[in-house]
Amino acid sequence: MTSTDSLVKEVVHIEVNGVVRAETVEPRMLLVHFLRDRLGLTGTHIGCDTSQCGACTVLLDGEAVKSCTLFAVQANGRKITTVEGLAERDTLHPVQQAFHEKHGLQCGYCTPGFIMSTVSLLDKNPRPNDEEILAGLEGNICRCTGYVNIVSAVKAAADTMAAGDGRDSS
Amino acid sequence: MIPSAFDYHVATDVADAEAHLRDGGDDAKVLAGGMSLIPLMKTRLVEPGLLVDIGKLDELRYVRVHDERLHIGALTRHADLATNAVVRENLPLLAKVAAEVGDAQVRARGTIGGVISHADSAGDYCTVAIMLDAEIVTTRRRILAADFFLDFMTTPLEPDELVTEVIFPVEKGPSEYLKFRRRRTDWAMVGLGVQRKSDGALRVGLTNVASRAIRGTAAEVAVGEGGDAARAAAALADEVRPTGDAAVPAEYKKALVRVLAERALRGLGLS
Repeated sequence: MTSTDSLVKEVVHIEVNGVVRAETVEPRMLLVHFLRDRLGLTGTHIGCDTSQCGACTVLLDGEAVKSCTLFAVQANGRKITTVEGLAERDTLHPVQQAFHEKHGLQCGYCTPGFIMSTVSLLDKNPRPNDEEILAGLEGNICRCTGYVNIVSAVKAAADTMAAGDGRDSS
Repeated sequence: MIPSAFDYHVATDVADAEAHLRDGGDDAKVLAGGMSLIPLMKTRLVEPGLLVDIGKLDELRYVRVHDERLHIGALTRHADLATNAVVRENLPLLAKVAAEVGDAQVRARGTIGGVISHADSAGDYCTVAIMLDAEIVTTRRRILAADFFLDFMTTPLEPDELVTEVIFPVEKGPSEYLKFRRRRTDWAMVGLGVQRKSDGALRVGLTNVASRAIRGTAAEVAVGEGGDAARAAAALADEVRPTGDAAVPAEYKKALVRVLAERALRGLGLS
């Protein structure tokens, strides 16, 4: 079979940010392309496209995964959360708010991935120390910041969420 | 990067997976976590015509102890192994290794059966399996680790044969696994495991030194004869014949073997 063959299609039902999306896709369509090109959710970025940088991180049933290394068909019947699914109308998610306030970014390209990994990290470990934060975010690469403000942002988000004015992280 | 087109089948049980693999022949590939296969497909180093997705076979996700052996279902993920209380109690070495595979996102998808089947010489579980005489259970037979990892990414698995379980001995004694790498999420340039077995014997394993996972027998023998950590490490470095590559020359790997062996053996309490 050559790469131009595209006769095989699969129907998938994937819940994205709370809405079930039924789409017909080629099995080879990567989840990140499904989200960006099919659903127009361009908040999920493609960085390295080689499973290293984490810019494409989304939540699969609440857990951080790299959407460049997952076929959309593998997400059939499952729940995906992207960065667009975190805020409630004009109220940012505590992790988004913390990255904003602590300026946990410079160019911002990696930020959606960092935010999704942070949401997943805080779900498993609500009060991580510095070492646990760096280990928890090891799958995300930022080439601008040096990570200091990112760690501050994660801690600030943990404080906000522990104080009870955070929302459910999934 | 977009892979070549392929047919896709979601296996409903192990027999169904086997049947579809049989139909697909050499052109079919098993998709588990996909952490090795999908990157290879994206770069088109691998272009299967059929993917048989076993991701929904929850019956292959388990950890249990039976007759002093740790039985691990092939689809058990790195994240599960790293945190599983039964693994941490009965084979702490494996939990430690699992916690340092890839990164958090990779550990949420990648499986032990995938790493074993892929048989990359840098695959850390392969080394643990070789060190501890693990058995690889497939849909057809049981294969000793020593007979399973034949060469780089080469195993005796038939195209329609599926790894279903990996069986390790229970070993609760002191152990260590050290990876030398430039970044935390890299493959090991050299990895080295040590385990003091319940019968007192020492086992040593090496990752990414040969074209497959190997035992560090020279170090095992040296320690058995009363040698200290430095002597055992030197003997091991002398024994190995690393395959170098553009990033890591063979001589550098040899030096790493000596340094990591001495460090790991001292960690086990050897003088």
